[in-house]
Amino acid sequence: MTRTGLSRTRTSEEATTEPTTMRVIVPLQGVVQGRGGLVLGSAIPCALFYFLQLYLRRRNRSAPTPPPAPEQQLPDVHVLSRSLSRTHLSPRGAGGPAYVSGRASSVAKSGDSPCDVGLRKVSEDPYDEARNPDGVIQLGLAENKLSLDLVRDWMVENARDAILGGGRSGGELSIGGIASYQPLDGLMELKVAVAGFISQVMDKSVSFNPSQIILTGGATPAIEMLSFCLADTGNAFLVPTPYYPCYDRDVKWRTGVEIIPVPCRSADNFSLSITALDRAFNQAKKRGIKVRGIIISNPSNPVGNLLDRQTLYSLLDFAREKNIHIVSNEIFAGSTHGNKEFVSMAEIIDSEDLDRNRVHIVYGLSKDFSLPGFRVGIIYSFNENVLAAAKKLTRFSSISAPSQRLLISMLSDTKFIQQFIGINRERLRELHIKFVAGLKQLGIECIKSNGGFCCWVDMRGLISSYSEKGELELWDKLLNIAKVNVTPGSSCHCIEPGWFRFCFTTLTQKDIPVVMERIRKISEICKSHS
Amino acid sequence: MAIEIEQPSVGLSKVAVSDTHGEDSPYFAGWKAYDENPYDELNNPLGVIQMGLAENQVSFDLLEEYLEEHSEASSWGKGASGFRENALFQDYHGLKSFRKAMASFMEQIRGGRVKFDPERVVLTAGATAANELLTFILADPGDALLVPTPYYPGFDRDLRWRTGVKIVPIHCDSSNNFQITPEALEAAYNNAKAMNIKVRGVLITNPSNPLGATIQRLVLEEILDFVTRKNIHLVSDEIYSGSVFSPTEFISVAEILEARKFKDSERVHIVYSLSKDLGLPGFRVGTIYSYNDKVVTTARRMSSFTLISSQTQHLLASMLSNKAFTENYIMINRERLRKRYEMIIEGLRSSGIECLKGNAGLFCWMNLSPLLDKPTREGELALWDSMLHEVKLNISPGSSCHCSEPGWFRVCFANMSELTLQVALKRIHIFMEKKGGERNQQIFSQ
Repeated sequence: MTRTGLSRTRTSEEATTEPTTMRVIVPLQGVVQGRGGLVLGSAIPCALFYFLQLYLRRRNRSAPTPPPAPEQQLPDVHVLSRSLSRTHLSPRGAGGPAYVSGRASSVAKSGDSPCDVGLRKVSEDPYDEARNPDGVIQLGLAENKLSLDLVRDWMVENARDAILGGGRSGGELSIGGIASYQPLDGLMELKVAVAGFISQVMDKSVSFNPSQIILTGGATPAIEMLSFCLADTGNAFLVPTPYYPCYDRDVKWRTGVEIIPVPCRSADNFSLSITALDRAFNQAKKRGIKVRGIIISNPSNPVGNLLDRQTLYSLLDFAREKNIHIVSNEIFAGSTHGNKEFVSMAEIIDSEDLDRNRVHIVYGLSKDFSLPGFRVGIIYSFNENVLAAAKKLTRFSSISAPSQRLLISMLSDTKFIQQFIGINRERLRELHIKFVAGLKQLGIECIKSNGGFCCWVDMRGLISSYSEKGELELWDKLLNIAKVNVTPGSSCHCIEPGWFRFCFTTLTQKDIPVVMERIRKISEICKSHS
Repeated sequence: MAIEIEQPSVGLSKVAVSDTHGEDSPYFAGWKAYDENPYDELNNPLGVIQMGLAENQVSFDLLEEYLEEHSEASSWGKGASGFRENALFQDYHGLKSFRKAMASFMEQIRGGRVKFDPERVVLTAGATAANELLTFILADPGDALLVPTPYYPGFDRDLRWRTGVKIVPIHCDSSNNFQITPEALEAAYNNAKAMNIKVRGVLITNPSNPLGATIQRLVLEEILDFVTRKNIHLVSDEIYSGSVFSPTEFISVAEILEARKFKDSERVHIVYSLSKDLGLPGFRVGTIYSYNDKVVTTARRMSSFTLISSQTQHLLASMLSNKAFTENYIMINRERLRKRYEMIIEGLRSSGIECLKGNAGLFCWMNLSPLLDKPTREGELALWDSMLHEVKLNISPGSSCHCSEPGWFRVCFANMSELTLQVALKRIHIFMEKKGGERNQQIFSQ
């Protein structure tokens, strides 16, 4: 099911109900936050910066009407003409109105990356089985639609009471309870409920202490807050590659903190190597860069690896030796679909008192619970000082009170949660198996993934040259000829060209043959050219 | 026996350990005292009454009534199919319907005298985030924003903490009712220059917190001219715009811009939120309205760090688009706040306390300078301390608002029932009588 289809259904409903329009907004729904393949946000603003400059120059300054909004200018931008956009980027806008900061300029300078272009193409021409069978199929967004129906059904039955009835007794409407200032790092009841949820999701292998939880408006601000707390401007984090493209935004944008990529290789199935970490640490030291920590994702995005116990222990040893932090992003913990066991960092340090101060876990409800729109993230730490600082930072990114109330109710319904986790996992596993099998039939292999929403796909056999250029050419063919939006490995900082991230959770089982057919065509085109 | 080697504990950043969050100031210390001993009409009638929190509770009933009559706003009932979209929706542009609703609400507050384009509305989780975000965008670390004193204590944290930006005060004093003068603007600018600090903008709050008064048209014109001359930005935090007691007394910078046909408007940015006018701080809804395309685009992308829950957007979109409801709400809210204001002014006056003539907001700016032992910050804090511990009222000392004249205090009146306000006024009355008695004794004993 696609968004276009949904919005049309809703529009026809609207004729008879209140005009609460919720059409998908141009340019893109879920553009920024999807953990799939987004480098620095929406296509339109990024691509548009170049055109904003032109627009500012052309605009008539004495126009009596308010200046028209940026989005109205929307020419197409070819992905490979990046050099053109760069010449128009300067901190002083055309005609030199007041200055915009260096930070803002670099934000705007992100240009039109493959991720941005891909997302835009999907939004302009989204696939719909019935209405737009030739549209672009979205495989570039790590968004799970598989079990939303379960959450929706719960909401339809329980939401009203959950939001408003909770404050006072007897289901009385109580706006006072949710309207006023709440603790900015989240209601304790929600922390308790979230701790319970996490415990269930991790198969009861750990128990998160609610008073060590800080609730934030999404995992995105959680990562940024930790960056602000653990490192100064100019310091760096080691991050194994390939990594989630948005780390470039979350970790670096406003903090001035650097990421030092630590390459992982296909020969090791892209698994983390302590040797590589060590090498990267030493190289940084030589360059005079202070490394403050390591950021790992477990299950990893994009590869889908689970870190085993041994690796986690080795990581801890390494961090202890260098006296640095570990940030473990476990946002896909409940989305495991293989046979391997998920081990949380929290479980490892349960027994190691000494290292508690250096470990911080990030989690959220966007993936396992399919609710990215609600903006719920958590920082879990054993370090009192980090908790104290992060708590104060939540004033810049708190969870809306009515959403908190709703979630408290929902997450406390342990029977529902158990059912949800079980069914969701099952659906994820099934879809994953079918998707991988489909690719295999085309002779395309993936890294064996045990969790997450994506497959890390080996397309090296299809690229024209073993280089980033070759990879991007294939990406372009996939997007514009096959009309499938995937994330090229270079966007994830993978050092080996030819790998792609395909997110399959935006599909239904019916879509898989369609996707495979299109890829087959491309693969034939590529093979016939070589 | 092996000797344990003490490992240096793993370090945190400067941001994490700095006290720029300001939570050790008296402004927040009073809150702690309140938390430890909160007033309750029945259960703790001798507790501390919170008059240091600018929260609007006078119009909750209107909101409750609305939600009762429009329950589909709070659930997905009929719109269950909308749920899916809503739950997945995380676009930093925000729900279009909500942006439209916010723009329209902001227009109504300004009596329809200006138009706001929903495409220029950037959503953030609260005005706190909006102010910080704008600071990140408009200034580099080490640069400064000019802010007129006295100002909201939270600015020290919101504008400076993570951004590394400085605040250089524009000094205002009681000689002209704390209005901003062109001389004060120039002085602040030159002050920064002398310290080798680059000024990137002026940030005003209109209506003012803590003064509780709107900025006059002439002053706004002067400020706009000033920022244009210096080629810097102007941020106008209009979070209390819906809490002006009389509909005609608030002039938004938007009106001035419209009158000037938007000449030089790209340097102006307005911050708004539903926390004060609608009394919904728990919802975490703020906006940046910018006349600068680049700022809109950049702010949108940065708002990824501070998005409003789609569920909340959905809930509020229908409420704020309901013109009958909002028109009525704005009018009644204004009226109730005005009544409260008059009640407290009268009560204070009868105790011999004068306040700055105010016309907006959830507080009044009270002059206790005649009571100070010494006309200094220490004297003011001593008085504040006795207000807190003897009179059991938490009010905000002017020094925490960087007021250059000691003895002024901000007193909030909208976060309590009328009954509680009466109790507070009674306590003040008793305190003043006591002080008066003491003074007479001092005179007689000399």
